[in-house]
Amino acid sequence: VTDLLWLFVSWTVVNNFSLCYYMGMCPFIGATKRAGVAVRLGLATLFVMIITSIAATVLNAYVLEHAPYLRLISFIVVIASSVQFTELAIKKLSPPLFRALGIFLPLITSNCAVLFIALTQTNRQYGFIEGLVFALGGGGGFMLALFLMACLREESELSDVPQVVRGAGLTMVIAGILAMGFMGFAGLLSTPD
Amino acid sequence: VSEARPPSLYAEFAKGVWKENPAFVQVLGMCPTLAVTTTAVNALAMGGATTFVLTGSAFFVSMFRRLIPHEVRISTYIIIIASFVTIADSLLEAFTPHVHKELGPFIALIVANCVVLGRQESFAAKRPILPSVADAFGTGVGFTIALSCVGGLREIFGLGSYFGVDLFGERFEPWVVMILPPGGFLAFGLLMILLATAKRRKSARLAEGVAA
Repeated sequence: VTDLLWLFVSWTVVNNFSLCYYMGMCPFIGATKRAGVAVRLGLATLFVMIITSIAATVLNAYVLEHAPYLRLISFIVVIASSVQFTELAIKKLSPPLFRALGIFLPLITSNCAVLFIALTQTNRQYGFIEGLVFALGGGGGFMLALFLMACLREESELSDVPQVVRGAGLTMVIAGILAMGFMGFAGLLSTPD
Repeated sequence: VSEARPPSLYAEFAKGVWKENPAFVQVLGMCPTLAVTTTAVNALAMGGATTFVLTGSAFFVSMFRRLIPHEVRISTYIIIIASFVTIADSLLEAFTPHVHKELGPFIALIVANCVVLGRQESFAAKRPILPSVADAFGTGVGFTIALSCVGGLREIFGLGSYFGVDLFGERFEPWVVMILPPGGFLAFGLLMILLATAKRRKSARLAEGVAA
């Protein structure tokens, strides 16, 4: 159990997907104008990640053993279908949320963080439970990064920033400073290998 | 008459390189732009692999554009892209194992690069093969240039070298932060601010010229 806890912590803050591995930059830059939307998008991504993790475990155990060259293609197909499923579920359960997320919902398919879950789980040979904890930790960390970034950007909109640096440049520098903060967690434990 | 003519192949190629540069202007494909640009060599290898995947899949998407049903087009594009990424991955592993090891999972993650998917959806799906390939190749070259800029900047400051050649001698203390995660954000952010400033200067000059 301690191992699982460490696995969770390491992928949530120490090896944060967005801030240490640069995963999922499109939503991280594009969908973090408002904190509410950012958190909901994070939740949707987390959900897709968990489905992907389960599917990757099953695929690895039964299919890919016989055809390793199909790995990438089968993972991406699984991700695309689970995004489609999530999209349908959200559209049915909460139409306002569906409209708020807009284009970023289908774009979860091309979020490399999700594919990274499937690939890393395979490379490190995580079992079923470990894979789930990994997806939870990674997705949770991604959500945390989206939320922090959205809060910072909401603040920066209200403050007096010189015209020249406004726009994408400012967002990147803010992200850089946030990443420096997250480097502080590196002392918490050594990288999980 | 000239308006009705489609733009030349060279124009399709050139717009992706500079005016619609995928990384600097459209701010797409940020993950590899930031993740593998710790040295100029890595950046170049990643750019090359992306260009290969982009051009190859644009060729096939354009060739099959009338056969692909509209409802499942995105999945079809992704499967075509994933096949090319698998090829690129195996080629790199076979011929340059060192670079392949450095780039790690990011080669496989080209599948999820929105620059690649974006070109298929917005260009190759509607146009004949030659313009599509020219457009994809131009976008790939533009992306490679952007990656090399970021990679060069980070290598120069973070390691004190360029393409592995030592620049400053022994007395230079490398800025380690530039090759750590925050450095990618900072380097790219500073480049963006620099470009925005240059653009403002230029438009101000043009406005002055019109006024005069």
